[in-house]
Amino acid sequence: MSTSAETVSKKFNIDTVENAAKTPDTELPWAELGLKQNEFDEVVKVLGRRPTGAELAMYSVMWSEHCSYKSSKNHLRQFGEKVTDEMKKDMLVGIGENAGVTNLGDGWAVTFKIESHNSPSFVEPYQGAATGIGGIVRDIISMGARPVAVMDPLRFGAIDHPDTARVMHGAVAGIGGYGNSLGLPNIGGEMVFDSVYQGNPLVNALAVGVMRHEDIRLANASGKGNKVVLFGARTGGDGIGGASVLASESFDDTKPSKRPAVQVGDPFAEKVLIECCLELFKGSLVEGIQDLGAAGISCATSELASNGDGGMEVELTSVLLRDPTLTPGEILMSESQERMMAVVTPENIAAFEAVMDKWAVEYSWLGEVTDTGRLIITWEGEVIVDVDPRTVAHDGPVYDRPFARPEWQDAVQADSFTGSVQDAARPSAPAELAAAVTELISSPNMCDKSWITNQYDRYVGGNTAMAMPDDAGVVRVDEETGLGVALATDANGRYTYLDPYHGAQLALAEAYRNVATAGAVPMAVSDCLNFGSPEDPDVMWQLAEAIRGLSDACMVLGIPVTGGNVSLYNQTGSTPIHPSPVVAVLGKLDDVARRTPSGWREDGQAIYLLGTTAAELDGSEWSNMRGHLGGLPPKVDLAAERALGEILINASRDGMIDSAHDLSEGGLAAALVESSLRYGVGARIALQDVLDRDGVDLFTALFSESQGRAVVAVPRSEEIRFKDMCTARNFEHLRIGVVDAASGQLEINGVEPLPLDSLREAHEATLPKYFD
Amino acid sequence: MTELPLIGEAAAAPSAGSPDASRLAGAKIGVITFPGTLDDRDAARAVRLAGATPVALWHADTSLGDVDAVVIPGGFSYGDYLRAGAIARFAPLMSRIIDAANSDARLPVLGICNGFQILTESHLLPGSMIKNDHLKFMCRDQVLRVENNNTHWTSDYAAGQEITVPLKNQDGQYIADEKTLDALEAEGRVVFRYVGFNPNGSRRDIAGISNAAGNVVGLMPHPEHAVEVGYGPESLDGIGGTDTDGLGFFTSVLNKIVGDAK
Repeated sequence: MSTSAETVSKKFNIDTVENAAKTPDTELPWAELGLKQNEFDEVVKVLGRRPTGAELAMYSVMWSEHCSYKSSKNHLRQFGEKVTDEMKKDMLVGIGENAGVTNLGDGWAVTFKIESHNSPSFVEPYQGAATGIGGIVRDIISMGARPVAVMDPLRFGAIDHPDTARVMHGAVAGIGGYGNSLGLPNIGGEMVFDSVYQGNPLVNALAVGVMRHEDIRLANASGKGNKVVLFGARTGGDGIGGASVLASESFDDTKPSKRPAVQVGDPFAEKVLIECCLELFKGSLVEGIQDLGAAGISCATSELASNGDGGMEVELTSVLLRDPTLTPGEILMSESQERMMAVVTPENIAAFEAVMDKWAVEYSWLGEVTDTGRLIITWEGEVIVDVDPRTVAHDGPVYDRPFARPEWQDAVQADSFTGSVQDAARPSAPAELAAAVTELISSPNMCDKSWITNQYDRYVGGNTAMAMPDDAGVVRVDEETGLGVALATDANGRYTYLDPYHGAQLALAEAYRNVATAGAVPMAVSDCLNFGSPEDPDVMWQLAEAIRGLSDACMVLGIPVTGGNVSLYNQTGSTPIHPSPVVAVLGKLDDVARRTPSGWREDGQAIYLLGTTAAELDGSEWSNMRGHLGGLPPKVDLAAERALGEILINASRDGMIDSAHDLSEGGLAAALVESSLRYGVGARIALQDVLDRDGVDLFTALFSESQGRAVVAVPRSEEIRFKDMCTARNFEHLRIGVVDAASGQLEINGVEPLPLDSLREAHEATLPKYFD
Repeated sequence: MTELPLIGEAAAAPSAGSPDASRLAGAKIGVITFPGTLDDRDAARAVRLAGATPVALWHADTSLGDVDAVVIPGGFSYGDYLRAGAIARFAPLMSRIIDAANSDARLPVLGICNGFQILTESHLLPGSMIKNDHLKFMCRDQVLRVENNNTHWTSDYAAGQEITVPLKNQDGQYIADEKTLDALEAEGRVVFRYVGFNPNGSRRDIAGISNAAGNVVGLMPHPEHAVEVGYGPESLDGIGGTDTDGLGFFTSVLNKIVGDAK
């Protein structure tokens, strides 16, 4: 093997480490790869020489915002620091691994995580959304778990904007096309339309998986002489620079199309990979495992090596390629999907290969674990990367970005909906109120979402106990005992825009409430923080405040953040999206048969409203419908949320309630309609006691979005016991009506009766009108 | 043979303890897994809940062993690449299944969704499935009418009975030439028809058909997802009393197997 500085490979001009040392002045395209001058200088300092082309490729992707969290790291730290003993009790694996792991009891563990795939889903909606599902599912497999369900919170531009249909159709078909092919039920999510997301739709994806405690796997490469293997799909030219170029920059009309940076998914390959990995885990055939997502092989090799106890040597020409013309740098950066990297002991090689052959999965042995502390990557034996893997994976730049409360924040908060121009014609007569309820439940954000959810398989697996449109998705984990999990995701960008600290807390409170409404005990949090550019001090303040709010609230609610993702640069030109911290809460049900659905069914059951109502219309769906955004979001009372949660959980466990629905966007009006339409069973409601107790008018009682509330249906036989429980816990509760199965309508005193048929027609017509 | 790693322990068969339980459990119903099969665990669960013993079959196996019937479950075998079911049809085990289904012993075979597509590709059943007329994947609870209760898989239903089972597919539109359709109707081989709403544009509202002997049945909807209280159409979508409407498929074949063995 030649070692001269002028070494030329048969295929490429190879920039070896030796060559780099001898040619310090060679111009490198660091700016095109997304690095800043100071970051490139830092790479040179870390290496003591200029990087090779391959090293530059690795550092550029791994030090990107998407992979390194360089702008948010200083703030995210709070999730690890503000942790009480109560929060640690059930945490088996915390932040930092592919996904956190929570103890479910009976030897079961659950892992879940939410991630963004925003930018690719705007550029190429189908593939962007599809590979978002693929990536989060591989994170779950990497922990040793069997994935059991997915969810997808979605935020699009204005419903009537011509481009929204393109993104909506593509993203929904992509999530369905990929997720449905994996055999994972889609059990819920969100759908929001707002023009702030026009050029920056948010396509977030959540996956949850379960495993036995002994099956937990971590991403590290330990044990000198163990072999490193890459398996799954071949490496191609798709997604090169996806993390650094797409996910870490704002969109701008003046730059060329970024389509080549979007990955293309193959769900069949992923399904086979899932089963293949589970068989590897079952046979204890891998020592460490890591999925290949953002930054591809660069990320997998540097993370595995730096989390292990030694180093790693890899021969890059051993990588199986889809396109033989790829350069070493491209191979290192490619984000081709459906690939995994594992560390296997020499004794297990034959057994490993047998599993690959059974599932017809391609694999190639790339190298082995060493004890040098260095990550060495060679190309036909010549060293093209020689780095301390920690400097790539963990010691990236960290920025203390300047942040400050925006100058406009005070003016926005002072601009309350009440008394505004948009509030001029507030409905009060019975016919006006009936029209208002119908308008609300057919509005873009409150309408029926089955146009989307009917494109997802909610049945596969046979363990789905609840899915959309109930408050939370519920999946059985253990068929013998009925042990299961509930999941909900929530965010309200409007609330968070008005007050980032409390807005983030409101997202957590709602997800927490949704899980408790289903009857599950909330246990853990995963968050996907979607924000604009961190280089804008206003946005950075929103991010800092949201993280501070979220971490403070987690302490009060006693549930830890076990993982998540930050998505920055969601802005078009200088206009950022609303700050959108999407919060997922996972809860546990000892027996999913005890879950509480969101609709009532039994004639004559008493309907109770839990919690109190204040005049809180700022940021509400009603104000949104009237084109107003200002004032302060509803007040957060986390102690009340906890108390409400306990009531809902106990009532579910002890069979005191047959239905429960949380009050959130759209307030009591939306909840009453949804609980009636869920099973097509009407109700008679009288709110006079609520108006008297809370000092609000009927409109406010129906449309205010005060937090910490739920409506429940209580069997007659349980009414005394239920009331006693609420009284004992000192929680406000009022009987507001009765289930009326025969009427076929929702009757609210002071509102013209609402026939369920016409409510349903209005509720279901909106999405087909715009998207069919 | 492959293992189907089930989540958790096997739920007890509902008939356990009854005098017939052991005899029923002696009946072995194979569930075949191809790469890309998705509803294999669900089909195995349905077999178990009906009281029989599920046997996992692997596409590359060359023998059916001693199974008394076979379910070809739903999913996207080989990613539906080329055409749904077109590649799976050439699996080694499919040749055994085709032979056994056509033999004098008339092995009962049920194809669900992708399994139905594989059966038409295998020419065990006529016609084919193309993309839904609305071009989207559709998941919904579907009302079906049992048009023929004289097949191996439908004898526990009443003729004309309406049942609700989940439907979930992208390529569910059943098509065949008019002559074939006329023959299917004349011979009573239209086993299931969509009621109230044709979800995919299928010719003559056909949801499922059988071969002439009635041992091979294929349908697009998923009876294996309506076999357990708490996890079927009633629980997820609130259509009353339909959580276990699909169980009859599996008890029908079980009765046939046990009856034949008497």
